[in-house]
Amino acid sequence: MAERPAVTARPEFVREAVREHDIGVVLKPLTAWERIWGNGWLRKGLILTALALLWQAYGSYLNNPLILPTFGSTVQSFAERVVTGELPGKAWTSVKVLLQGYAIGLVLALAFTIAAITTRIGNDLLELLTAMLNPLPAIALLPLALIWLGLGNPSIIFVLVHAVMWPIALNTHSGFQAVSGTLRMVGRNYGLTGIRYVLQILIPAAFPSILSGLKIGWAFAWRTLIAAELVFGTTSGSGGLGWFIYENKNTLDIPAVFAGLFSVILIGLLVESLIFRVAEQRTVRKWGMHA
Amino acid sequence: MAPAQPLLEVEGVTLQYRTREHLVTATYRVCFEVFRSDRFVLLGPSGCGKSTLLKAVGGYLKPVEGSIRLKGGEVTRPGRDRVMVFQEFDQLLPWKTVKQNVLFGLLASGTLSGPEAEARAMAYIEKVNLTGFADAYPHTLSGGMKQRVAIARGMAMEPDILLMDEPFAALDALTRRKMQDELLRLWEDTGFTILFVTHSIPEAVRIGNRILLLSPHPGQVRAELNSDGQDCEDQATGKRLSDRIHGMLFSEPVPEDETVAHG
Repeated sequence: MAERPAVTARPEFVREAVREHDIGVVLKPLTAWERIWGNGWLRKGLILTALALLWQAYGSYLNNPLILPTFGSTVQSFAERVVTGELPGKAWTSVKVLLQGYAIGLVLALAFTIAAITTRIGNDLLELLTAMLNPLPAIALLPLALIWLGLGNPSIIFVLVHAVMWPIALNTHSGFQAVSGTLRMVGRNYGLTGIRYVLQILIPAAFPSILSGLKIGWAFAWRTLIAAELVFGTTSGSGGLGWFIYENKNTLDIPAVFAGLFSVILIGLLVESLIFRVAEQRTVRKWGMHA
Repeated sequence: MAPAQPLLEVEGVTLQYRTREHLVTATYRVCFEVFRSDRFVLLGPSGCGKSTLLKAVGGYLKPVEGSIRLKGGEVTRPGRDRVMVFQEFDQLLPWKTVKQNVLFGLLASGTLSGPEAEARAMAYIEKVNLTGFADAYPHTLSGGMKQRVAIARGMAMEPDILLMDEPFAALDALTRRKMQDELLRLWEDTGFTILFVTHSIPEAVRIGNRILLLSPHPGQVRAELNSDGQDCEDQATGKRLSDRIHGMLFSEPVPEDETVAHG
């Protein structure tokens, strides 16, 4: 047998804690520069400015507005068309159609998911349909939609619904499935069943997934809409942003094409940073549920 | 001594559940009776089916044999007369504040509404010393505080019996000790009936006034002992209660390959 390991003997001691005001720094405010640099918006603003300067410099060097108009002329064209009300009008036309498609898609997705969590056959149906249809680009359905629904908004709304519904349903469903067994048992303990159980336990508990589904759905819908308008914008009546881009390309007004693209980016950014960011802060961040 | 009518009667209960590969018998013909204001502890090593038994009392699981009766009525589904407090911290609804969580139980079950519900919720939040945190969200609380909220939510329902599934097992040793004292203080205050599951012998001895020992694979009743919380020496054997329990639970060799990790 090995010998017992030796332990060095040391005396015990007891100390009083040092008083707070005797310790140098316990809490110290950051310097102004540290706080400014800590602001994400400011850092991103700097990057944007740098990109705009780069664009302006390259555009001036190229000196060919048919290929790449400068940042300045794009902004100018954008401002002119905003003032005349042309761009806001087109944007509103697009957004209006988008909201209709988004709302219908959302309601259908919720209905599908609720069916999927309440019945096994509903679950199989949703899994099969999402597996089959989610990879199918919505725009590929446009020719069919044109035959079924004719030229016009119904066709665009049809493809939008398709673009929105599957990602939202997929995310919501996986969110529902990930709700912990403990929370489910708590809900049943207090007598929640059926739709009250879905509304009071499942939806809030799955909210992080639902929110990311809503975000993905929004992005898909926005892209699909612009693409659909590019393909057959006029037929949807007054025409939206996609049609605006297409039209100006035909008249070789390239700064206006860039202004149109600019608006698409701007609306995307606004929705992302105003609506979704705020929704996230008011819900999942406040609840400590963000992953 | 004991009142004539037990509050909870568990009679010859055999419980089985399915895993992907097996049909597991969790408990075999378990009998016990809980009386009003008991602190009744189910104690046993992992695999003795104590948690499964508690879930059956909660109404989440039907016995394949035997019966569970609360105040003479058969238990068939979860209900507000038997409130569960779980081990997991995520039993609180993260989207509700402390106060809203306690209110949630009262409102969802339709026990109370309006200002009455509010008053009762605040009264129980005060009992667990969380008045200052009534508007805090669960993720900002420590583990011990979360469990106190869960206990307040359960107690606010004023159920016939509070079912506690290893509620302090996920806490650190110091907090755990403190929570045990607090639970006893709450019990002295209100005298509610507790059915408490644990695998810790010291915890069972401290918390329980009556301890049911279960042997594992499948869970069977080994003994039912009285405890005064002091871990005293027994007159007959001269052994401390915890040593007696230890002897009974571990006298038989426990199989090492516990494939079914289930409390």
